[in-house]
Amino acid sequence: MHPVRKQRLILVSLLVVLSSAAIGLVTFALRDNINLFYPPADVVAGKAPTDRSIRLGGMVVEGSIERSETDLDTTFWVTDYEASVAVRYSGILPDLFAEGEGVVAEGMLNESGMLVASQVLAKHDENYMPPEVAAALEGKSAPAQKPVLP
Amino acid sequence: MWTIIHKMGSPPWFFRFSGALVRWLLPLTICLLLAGAFWGLLVAPPDFRQGNSYRIIYIHVPAAVVALAGYYVMALAGAVSLIWRIKMADITMRAVAPVGAVLTAIALLTGAIWGKPTWGAWWVWDARITSMLILLFLYLGVVALFEAYENKTAAARACAVLTLVGTVNIPIIYKSVDWWYSLHQPASIKFTGESAIDSSMLYPLLVMILAFYCVFAVTVLLNMRAELVWTHRESGWLKQWVGGA
Repeated sequence: MHPVRKQRLILVSLLVVLSSAAIGLVTFALRDNINLFYPPADVVAGKAPTDRSIRLGGMVVEGSIERSETDLDTTFWVTDYEASVAVRYSGILPDLFAEGEGVVAEGMLNESGMLVASQVLAKHDENYMPPEVAAALEGKSAPAQKPVLP
Repeated sequence: MWTIIHKMGSPPWFFRFSGALVRWLLPLTICLLLAGAFWGLLVAPPDFRQGNSYRIIYIHVPAAVVALAGYYVMALAGAVSLIWRIKMADITMRAVAPVGAVLTAIALLTGAIWGKPTWGAWWVWDARITSMLILLFLYLGVVALFEAYENKTAAARACAVLTLVGTVNIPIIYKSVDWWYSLHQPASIKFTGESAIDSSMLYPLLVMILAFYCVFAVTVLLNMRAELVWTHRESGWLKQWVGGA
């Protein structure tokens, strides 16, 4: 290779490597801010701020959803299988919200450590399959089909 | 090998070659798009949790995949432009940027439309979504920077530096769902091991990804040809081609 081009190649490589390293270090330093939510273990350990709104993410504990008879109030527990945090929410929940499924709730922690949520988002995983396959995996006959738009 | 690369740098040769390539790539692209859309939207089964709304995956994922891959094409052209000072590399960079921007915008838009019924929100400042928005700005930045210079050689050099600095964003986008807690799901298609998406849904998705790669190739080639026609409007070979066609 021509020496001038060789020199340019080295400069271009340095440009890519050094800028990547710089941005890598910045994102590494800011990693706590890049995380969308706190897992329940961090909230229970007191690592989450209590004076401002936070997001809590994890799985909805099976059998923990309690819906009010009179209004839209719902309470449920969110877990990361290490610790659990109770959440209270008043509003319409997303369709994919269910027990044993992922959820991200945004709100303030109250004195008793309960998250009073202003927004609840459903977090779905990377698994996609037809209903029959899901039913076969569950080891039971086809489940009551969720309403599917025509 | 080297002779082909040398020929690629020659505008008349590239013009003829790309013309022949587009002539059969364009019908193939249309066939793949129609086949993939038909298979994905009508034949593939609904999802066990999301029902039919998951079908937007057949636009969302291909657009996002090709937007990321297209950036590497632009970055490679940028490196070639800086090291070897080949005019065709400048033209490639300029041709990729708007296509990549549109693909990124499609991925963001379909993501928002998908997010509302599944997550419950149009937009979340999630690591994946935010880094994808930065990719859109990088693509648009290259277009704007190129147009900002009167001298196109200087413009190409500035764009190449911007593009190369931006390459770090691509692995960040790709790994964002693994490195940080995010609302966006991790990858369903895995290069090693079994994919988390059922094969009856995966195959049409792969067809659509291939179709989007072809759409990218065709639009970039057509962009490059348009640019060549403009910059060589006074050249003998182009007048000859126009006369012959």
